[in-house]
Amino acid sequence: MTAVVTARPRVQPASGRGRRALVWIAEHAALVALAVLALAPVVFVVLTSLMTSQQALTASIIPKVWDWGNYVRVFRTVPLAQWFGNSALYAVLSTVFMLVSSVPAAYALATVRFRGAGLLFTAIVVAMLLPPQVTAVPVYVFWSQLHLTGTLWPLILPNLLGDAFSIFLMRQFFLTLPAEFADAARVDGCGEWGVLWRVVLPMARPGIAAAAIFLFFNSWNDYYGPLLYTSENSASWPIAYGLATFRGVHGTDWSITMAMTVIITIPVVVIFFFAQKAFVEGIALTGVKG
Amino acid sequence: MTVTVAAVRRPRRRSLEGRRRRTALVMLAPAIAGLVLFFGLPLVVSVLLSFTRFDLLSAPQFVGLLNYTYLFTQDPDVGTAALNTLWFVVILVPVRTVCAMLVAGLLARVRRGSGVWRTLLYLPALVPPVASVVAFVFLFNPGTGPVATVLQAFGIQSPLWFNDPALAKPSLVILGVWVTGDLMIVFLAAMLDVPRDLYEAAGLDGASGVQKVRFITLPTIAPVIGFAVVTGVIAALQYFTEAAVASGVASGKATVGQGTATGLGYPNQSLLTYTEYLYAHGFAEYQLGYASAMAVVLFVISAVLLGLTMRRISVFRMAS
Repeated sequence: MTAVVTARPRVQPASGRGRRALVWIAEHAALVALAVLALAPVVFVVLTSLMTSQQALTASIIPKVWDWGNYVRVFRTVPLAQWFGNSALYAVLSTVFMLVSSVPAAYALATVRFRGAGLLFTAIVVAMLLPPQVTAVPVYVFWSQLHLTGTLWPLILPNLLGDAFSIFLMRQFFLTLPAEFADAARVDGCGEWGVLWRVVLPMARPGIAAAAIFLFFNSWNDYYGPLLYTSENSASWPIAYGLATFRGVHGTDWSITMAMTVIITIPVVVIFFFAQKAFVEGIALTGVKG
Repeated sequence: MTVTVAAVRRPRRRSLEGRRRRTALVMLAPAIAGLVLFFGLPLVVSVLLSFTRFDLLSAPQFVGLLNYTYLFTQDPDVGTAALNTLWFVVILVPVRTVCAMLVAGLLARVRRGSGVWRTLLYLPALVPPVASVVAFVFLFNPGTGPVATVLQAFGIQSPLWFNDPALAKPSLVILGVWVTGDLMIVFLAAMLDVPRDLYEAAGLDGASGVQKVRFITLPTIAPVIGFAVVTGVIAALQYFTEAAVASGVASGKATVGQGTATGLGYPNQSLLTYTEYLYAHGFAEYQLGYASAMAVVLFVISAVLLGLTMRRISVFRMAS
């Protein structure tokens, strides 16, 4: 890029510097505009969550009275603490189960050659890409036979048997790691479990973290799964599902609805800022190699 | 140790390889079981159930091709649902892809503070989908929502957005663009991977900015565009959450409990997607045979799409 810039004055000696400044201004104006568009909805939502219920029904944008009570009231209007707990249970257990089942699978798929590996990999990719609705009916029947519909277990337990997307993502990451350390450990008589545990895991932390965060977020945000399995039993609802039903049940109390919208988003944002690097790398990793 | 290894080199090696393979199999066993139990088997059962009438209470009853003939020739609403889904495939996917590329292109040019801009523009993608839909229905609320207030300031009467059958889908596209950060990061990573010297060489040859994009950037990131379009189309085929929540919140009738999926498709079936319709049949009315037939049709469409494209996308190949 610097070379392009230094090369340009030769072609247009007079306007080179001025044009660069103009381009800089245009780019940054566009960035500011985009940032405003990205943040404005968030600002409006937070402001509305601090209005009184009456004011939230009017066209005003800034709260007249800063009513922090909405964040308390919402816990009394709906069993929010319980729903929050359900979401936490769903997301944490899913993530732990996925890690136990999928880290070894991804490692084996990335490092060991065996017959049928190609077929297995294709099956994992297809399972990851196909719409879940394709298998929804038999899977639902399966869980209803076990009398587990009405709970979140049908969404948590399958993670014990591997999650296709997580396996795919972690395998991609394991492939980027240098093989020398693992080979050296093997020469020293270390078995595959030992190589995975002592050599690969410490190096693969960002990739594993990315997969864990993705699954945590997907479970936390999930609407379709809880709709399918828990909709008849509000005691099992996770917070995302509870929020979606909120307005139907409690009319147009926008200030409390927006408070709940903020509450459901906070954990995600906090986790994102703690693990931003691994997370962004993970997103790039899913598609960057084309 | 070295002596032993040299002496029994070949058999020892083979048994080591064998042990590695056996360990790999143990490591993969849960995942293989999961693929069979929650993917392969249900796929087969879906096909079988699609030839039956089944309500979960009594045993499935064989009805031949009845579900399929009803689906393709008689069902008054399945066409609407399929067209709505097709609309999202044709409009939402390209709009999101192009917007993500444009923003990524802008971010790729920024030197100083690029991390801050990246984070700022990515943030909307973090918001849980249900939360962003609820927020957008509120923001675009025709009477008193902030968008209406802003439009009012310019003397424009706010349209009905999520309450207008003609605008409900476009409103969801606006939401889809707002949360396009994931795609943006994928494109940005690809653009930053384009070798610098290609641009430098082109610059020396007097290539314009547009020419550089046309002849260097786009061809280099073409595989990523392919990836984005294919995964985008597959996501659009199963478009459910945003449409269902928007309908529920905008109509004030939430989808609560089996048999009361009243808000689905609001306003006037304009947001009734194929997967919502499948859900309504299968899990609100317990017509599981018919829902299975719909699932098989969805499977065939997705499988054809994957079959045609998967080999071209290298991350989906075993590669190494």
